[in-house]
Amino acid sequence: MTKNRKNDKIKIVYSILAIVVIYILLKIAIDGGILNRQYRSLIVPIGINIILAVSLNLTTGFLGELALGHAGFMAIGAYVGALITLNMNASVYVELPLALLAGGLSAALAGLIIGIPVLRLRGDYLAIVTLAFNQIIISIINSMKVTNGAQGLSKIETYTNYKHFTSAFILVVITIIVIRNFVHSKHGRAVCAVRDNMIAAEASGLQVSRYKILAFAIAAFFAGVAGVIYAHNVSIIKPTNFEYTKSIEILVMVVLGGMGSIKGSIIAAAALTVLPEFLRGADDFRMLLYATVLIVMMLFNQSGVRDRLLGKRKLLSNSKNVKGE
Amino acid sequence: MENFIEILITGLRSGSIYALIALGYTMVYGIAKMINFAHGDIIMIGAYALYVFIELLHMPVVPAVICTIAVCAVLGICIEKVAYKPLRKATPLAVLITAIGVSYFLQSAVLLIFGGTPISFASIIDSKALSLKIGSITLSGITIVTLAVTTISMIALTLFIQKTKTGRAMRAVSEDKGAAELMGINVNRTISITFAIGSALAAIAGILYICQFQSLKPTLGALPGIKAFVAAVLGGIGSIPGAMLGGILLGVIESVSKNVSGELADAIVFGVLVVVLLVKPSGLLGKNKTEKV
Repeated sequence: MTKNRKNDKIKIVYSILAIVVIYILLKIAIDGGILNRQYRSLIVPIGINIILAVSLNLTTGFLGELALGHAGFMAIGAYVGALITLNMNASVYVELPLALLAGGLSAALAGLIIGIPVLRLRGDYLAIVTLAFNQIIISIINSMKVTNGAQGLSKIETYTNYKHFTSAFILVVITIIVIRNFVHSKHGRAVCAVRDNMIAAEASGLQVSRYKILAFAIAAFFAGVAGVIYAHNVSIIKPTNFEYTKSIEILVMVVLGGMGSIKGSIIAAAALTVLPEFLRGADDFRMLLYATVLIVMMLFNQSGVRDRLLGKRKLLSNSKNVKGE
Repeated sequence: MENFIEILITGLRSGSIYALIALGYTMVYGIAKMINFAHGDIIMIGAYALYVFIELLHMPVVPAVICTIAVCAVLGICIEKVAYKPLRKATPLAVLITAIGVSYFLQSAVLLIFGGTPISFASIIDSKALSLKIGSITLSGITIVTLAVTTISMIALTLFIQKTKTGRAMRAVSEDKGAAELMGINVNRTISITFAIGSALAAIAGILYICQFQSLKPTLGALPGIKAFVAAVLGGIGSIPGAMLGGILLGVIESVSKNVSGELADAIVFGVLVVVLLVKPSGLLGKNKTEKV
């Protein structure tokens, strides 16, 4: 017990160290001019995608429900946040936290309202209904006057672009810590139990639908926060930025990173954001290469090649053990 | 009243195209238990193939249409063999992501070959010559051809599935893959045939679609694809009559709601889906009367 606690403490210290080191490296890279403009502008999008992927992992990886509407919640956050900073004339330190909080909470509220009916469905049906809600949200934003319809909102203050990447960085760290701690908490274990066997979880006295909605709303909250950061990074938002294709993009990150692995989501989000820029040299072939990489990665993951590589190692160690005995 | 009938006919026309695409979704889902996200892009390939055969190779209409259907059917089989077959034992999610990858692949390949600027392409159906006037309502040639072609395709498909040996094999595989294999059915071949038929139907839908909109772009298949998928779910995915009903229903609802409010049309269409699924979680004709393929 005490040993475990000690290990945990060491882990926490290492994590803090890692965060600080990453921050300093980023700071040097940006301020020292090591990164060119193209890569500098990727820093915040990577952060946004990490928040989106980690939060979607809560629904898809830990809760085990295939949701295709994450970009819808992001849209709600982005619009609410942008409307607040556009209409308020306060300083950044008042405006931005308020926008983040309001954006997140309104997305969470939407998640709650959508989640209650939707989470009764299962599997592919749930996927298509969340996708439908994504499109409904876009359609409503498109037809509203406050949101300026299809033209979208522009001239949003760039509070969170690469020059002020600290705020985005802090938010990414907070997101990861909150979701990690949630997953390791009592409620998180309940969520995983619902994923593994719903009937057994229910029989053990868990209120299945409550935990489903809880996870769904938390994921929606962080998607909303990511939306606010997005709006204050690009300064122009349109309904078409948040189509279901964006939701699919996030889902691809989660699946490639590994369902239920926060570390995987972070790596996949960063890699898949950088990859298209990396392939920019290939110009027209960029998207084709991206698609090919995606297919090949999925095939490789499932094919015998990887298992054989891992399996052989296992066999070898097994045979060694036998010999040793 | 006449206005309303015209809206209804427009809805019927787009609805029958949705139904054709939805049939492909539902057949593949029934037999391979996967959402074929690349299905919408087969429509796009069909439209481009027709353009190549007619405008670039100057083929007459009928052989061009047959060639287009053949190209899409072969493409469907190839996609299944390369991308989906190795994943048959994988989780549904892995297959879904691969399908998304295939969809990106097809779109970017076409983008690379034909460029991103929309290509205008005149309809192969002579709309004026075929138009029909009943009272004060005019049915354009495209509407008549669309309705005729979709009706014939649906009847042919139903007969094929009910009466032929291959159709029976398809039903058996969708019912229970393992048992079907024990009965001596070649499961791999049956799945290939399903993909070929689904893609051929998508090609027909693509041809009809392009006759209506007359402009080619690499992403043209995405929206009808997703709408048709909604139609398949609405009717109960896996059920063939469900796909037909769902498609036509979706078309009519869309056409009516477009008339009510242009911007909210999508919201209304998807809202109907949500309501239907909440009342009947397996779609209108799903589960209870399983006629899966």
